[in-house]
Amino acid sequence: MALLDVKDLRVAFKTADGVVNAVNGINLSLQRGQTLGIVGESGSGKSQLAFAIMGLLARNGTATGSVAFDGLQILNARAEVINPIRANGIAMIFQDPMTSMNPYLRVSDQMAEVLVHHKGMSMTDAVAECVRMLDAVRIPDAKSRVRLYPHEFSGGMRQRVMIAMALLCKPDLLIADEPTTALDVTVQAQIMRLLRDLQRDLGMATILITHDLGVVAGFCEEVIVMYGGQVMEQSPVDPLFAAPSHPYTRGLLRAIPRVDQLGEELASIPGTPPNMMRAPKGCPFAPRCEAAVAACTDQLNALTEFAPSRKRACNRTVEELE
Amino acid sequence: MTTYIFKRLLEAIPTMLLLIIISFLLMHAAPGGPFTSEKAVPAQVLANLNAKYGLDQPLWRQVANYVWGIVAHFDFGPSFIYKDRTVNEVIAQGFPVTLQYGLASFVIAVIAGVTLGVVAALKHNTGIDYAAVATATAAHAMPNFVLAPLLVLVFTLWLGWLPGGGWEGGELKYMVMPVIALSTSFMASIARITRSSMLEVLHSNFIRTAVAKGLPMRKVILKHALKPAMMPVISYLGPAFVTMITGSVIVDMYFSTGGIGRSFVDAALNRDYSVMLGVTILVGALTILFNLVVDILYAWIDPRIRY
Repeated sequence: MALLDVKDLRVAFKTADGVVNAVNGINLSLQRGQTLGIVGESGSGKSQLAFAIMGLLARNGTATGSVAFDGLQILNARAEVINPIRANGIAMIFQDPMTSMNPYLRVSDQMAEVLVHHKGMSMTDAVAECVRMLDAVRIPDAKSRVRLYPHEFSGGMRQRVMIAMALLCKPDLLIADEPTTALDVTVQAQIMRLLRDLQRDLGMATILITHDLGVVAGFCEEVIVMYGGQVMEQSPVDPLFAAPSHPYTRGLLRAIPRVDQLGEELASIPGTPPNMMRAPKGCPFAPRCEAAVAACTDQLNALTEFAPSRKRACNRTVEELE
Repeated sequence: MTTYIFKRLLEAIPTMLLLIIISFLLMHAAPGGPFTSEKAVPAQVLANLNAKYGLDQPLWRQVANYVWGIVAHFDFGPSFIYKDRTVNEVIAQGFPVTLQYGLASFVIAVIAGVTLGVVAALKHNTGIDYAAVATATAAHAMPNFVLAPLLVLVFTLWLGWLPGGGWEGGELKYMVMPVIALSTSFMASIARITRSSMLEVLHSNFIRTAVAKGLPMRKVILKHALKPAMMPVISYLGPAFVTMITGSVIVDMYFSTGGIGRSFVDAALNRDYSVMLGVTILVGALTILFNLVVDILYAWIDPRIRY
């Protein structure tokens, strides 16, 4: 049985201006210990997908479909069902470490409450365990720093604290939502290396949400490329980089700056992502796609396997794109 | 922190002096005098009265005497109207009454207001929220000079449950209506501030983190949301507290409670300048003190604020 099984997940938000369809029928499944990258631009629905799984959607958001964790249905589940899964089964790291911690409470309080609540540990034992975990994420002098408040840490250190907090219960699945986006480039590399080491040591399944294909390359076994709330391409990581099968993936890869092409102008994908309040009927990428044909504005072929364990959703065949 | 409090208390001294001097000069600038009356007073009598109360001395001297009296002897001078009473006595008689129903009103306004605000925020955009907002708006829109006679009408004249006025040393049945009349609009303001502040906090990232930890909602609210949501409420409570414990003219008038609200109005109507000055300075001093208390509470609650 898969650890996580997501079927036809859809997320919509009611706003004053209309309904925004952020996620439009996502299927994915993840085995224990597997690493999956979800890549896409801002507004592609990748973060909302994660929030829907964790039951963290904003109040005006609704999710439909099915999310099974270890066989247990957790989508829209009651608090008594989902709360024991949170932190224990699935833990999450958020994008902005500066605002994701409570500025009014000491790090020790914020971390230890997880263990006290889920494991029934005493406060003293819990804090001792927190110090061990802070050591594991390589925070120097953890024993005294655990008593500090979040604002007394730098951005990179705070994200380490967030990681330590997420891993306290040794979750089976870690969802990292753009864990390095808000950090300096040099710190990004440190945090990704740390996450990678911890993922291997603990053997936990991980979903890494990012817009940075470079980060995915070094971390994930499998990649999903999302656009307009849909999966454009799904593939193991190596063949995706070697032979991207979708015009959108190709555009993304071209847009990565390369050290061996200094001085050249950076490539970009023309246009902007679609307004999901008036989502296009056919392929959401069609207006920006250089390979689009007339049919693309009306309908989009379903995600189908075109090579072993590789899937794509495109009206043009791979051969046609060459 | 101790140094900060000490520093702020030192800073309060010049503020207090300025408050006293400016109040005194304003009072002095008002046309007429304490002994102006409709029937002509013989010039000799007026001169004697002015001499007795020191009003014949140059202005700077009067100010200096007044300030010195307060600083050296904590003496706010004699009342101009009640020949045998000092301002200290007038305030000492009325202030305990006001303090008593003011404190009770404060406690009730805070408990009811915060509860109403939190519940409304948690049930955002539901019937409960709308009902809470409607209650708060109505309570806020109802002036206490309308509420006070309505209370008397219902509880005294119709139901006969409560006495229509008096104080009797602050017996409970005499205190109920003054407290309701005074606390209602404050309760409404506190509820509205709490609700909007709580809504903002509930949408913040760290609350999402707390929910993602699998904590029950009750714990998320009590441990993570309440403190930050209380910050704007606390800055409102400082001045509100002073307003409440220094009483309300309306409450004192309608319920004959005999607090300093009444003394203040009587003093104003009877040109009892020294009593007016005394009450003004009392309110000013309390305002300075409770602004300091708010600042200290801020630092105590929010670890990012250090002085």
